[in-house]
Amino acid sequence: MSLLNIRNLTVKFATATGDFTAVDGIDVSVDKSEVLAIVGESGSGKSVSMLAVMGLLPDTAKITADEMNFDGHDLLHMTSAERRQLIGREITMIFQEPIASLNPSFTVGFQIEEVLRLNLGMSRAAARAKALDLFQAVGIPAPETKLFSYPHQLSGGQCQRVMIAMAIASKPRLLIADEPTTALDVTIQKQILDLLMDLQEDYGMALILITHDMGVVAETADRVVVQYKGRKMEEADVLSLFEAPQHPYTRALLSALPENATGDRLPTVSDFFAQEGAR
Amino acid sequence: MIRFFLGKLLYLVPTFIGITMVAFGFVRVLPGDPVLLMAGERGISPERHAELSAQLGFDKPIWSQYLDFLGRLMHGDFGLSLVTKKPVITEFLTLFPATAELGLVAITIAALIGVPVGVIAAVKRGSWFDQVSMTTALIGFSMPIFWWGLLLIILFSSILQWTPVSGRISLMFFFKPVTGFMLIDSLLSGQKGAFTSALSHLILPALVLATIPLAVIARQTRSAMLEVMGEDYVRTARAKGMSSTRVIGVHALRNAMIPVITTIGLQVGTLMAGAILTETIFSWPGIGKWMIDSISRRDYPVVQSGLLLIAAMVMLVNLLVDLTYGLINPRIRHQ
Repeated sequence: MSLLNIRNLTVKFATATGDFTAVDGIDVSVDKSEVLAIVGESGSGKSVSMLAVMGLLPDTAKITADEMNFDGHDLLHMTSAERRQLIGREITMIFQEPIASLNPSFTVGFQIEEVLRLNLGMSRAAARAKALDLFQAVGIPAPETKLFSYPHQLSGGQCQRVMIAMAIASKPRLLIADEPTTALDVTIQKQILDLLMDLQEDYGMALILITHDMGVVAETADRVVVQYKGRKMEEADVLSLFEAPQHPYTRALLSALPENATGDRLPTVSDFFAQEGAR
Repeated sequence: MIRFFLGKLLYLVPTFIGITMVAFGFVRVLPGDPVLLMAGERGISPERHAELSAQLGFDKPIWSQYLDFLGRLMHGDFGLSLVTKKPVITEFLTLFPATAELGLVAITIAALIGVPVGVIAAVKRGSWFDQVSMTTALIGFSMPIFWWGLLLIILFSSILQWTPVSGRISLMFFFKPVTGFMLIDSLLSGQKGAFTSALSHLILPALVLATIPLAVIARQTRSAMLEVMGEDYVRTARAKGMSSTRVIGVHALRNAMIPVITTIGLQVGTLMAGAILTETIFSWPGIGKWMIDSISRRDYPVVQSGLLLIAAMVMLVNLLVDLTYGLINPRIRHQ
């Protein structure tokens, strides 16, 4: 049985001009210790579908699904108190903008110790010691002093390491990483990805990696879901997807990789849909 | 932090010099001759007028009078009142606790009600609470203090007879001031009923004075909270599984308070202006009423030094607010 199982998820946002459908009936599942990549361009509903799992969408969002289940827990019908027993403990999430994702008014030490004290019931001293261990585990230099730093005193890469440390603090079974490297320098991107993969292996947790970078997908994922305009276009294991993409949109995404450039004008998604006569 | 404090302190020097010019110039552009007003209805001979003017230094050129004023200030001399002949600083220090007590209670009421109302309005955006509270705040902000004070006196003092019309405490009570704050002194006196009497005298003027700051604080808190609630770090706090109370009360409010505290600091200036009207309506023996009386008597030393002392108080409060701002916002502190 899958760890996370979502069937026919639809997310609509109430707007002044009527409902806007951001996610349109997608199915997603992830097994224990599996790395699933969800790829697609901006606005394809990748983040929205995972924010729906986390319960982080605003009140204007209408979420419906035939099933949204995490390890036997029905995420659709649980109260917010019940959801808080899972969110931040069993399922954690890191985001695209690490500096903005950390509270500028508190030290990063306070922010990680908060998770340890409130979610895991640790004492102040135990939380401090554990925070130090976690900072070391995610490769933050001089962790003893960095605990007392504010987010603006750290680099983007260091802030993302802090976010990762917070996310793994409770040894979650599922970590959702929403474009964790997009806002970082190229050299740091590689380090953060390697760190995530190492931790995924060490902790044996499932990892959902939301990205629009096919290079990241190739390096990390076991299985890939391709999304476009809120719909799932294709789902395949990573080798099959790169060797024999089935859907024109997937072929369009792959053709946009820099290494596939031929020197001519880059083809667009509509070129592929026109060729295939599909939509 | 010390560098931050010294930097802020340096900013005060030019501000203070500017205020001495305004305070000195303001009273002199008003029509009316202080020497004639001192003489009263009997009038004064031109010789005696010239003699008194020379004695008080009013015959010198304006710039020379200004430099004399500055020179005396440097030595801590704020001058003597033309009317009472008492040192301005003594009168100020006698009357200031009454205004400070009124202002402190007013700003406390404004913050204690305004901040929670603003937070709830933001969290329940678009609800009936949001709409009613923000409309009420707009009405409160637009209301002339003078008229509002009179309305409350008519309702609570005249019709319901719940509160006295004026003064700081009933004439039945007498005790030597210790702190100058009637609420504290009445408690210290140990006289039965003194504290209740002081409180009943204070509550109405404090409510009147709190009205505009309360409205401003509630609206500012709401808008700051709405902005902060959309920030990524609030989403992170929710993703960490924190309760709504903690997300709003710790993660969002701490950041939303930065502009709110600035607003509270700026309201101190409004409070001083409001105190002048409130003290006049309620015959509250504070510096607001003292200033109004001194302006009508063209008591130059009192008006110019009084203005300066009031401005210094406002600047001091704003300095404290700036320091609080630095404490709350580490980015400011580390700049």
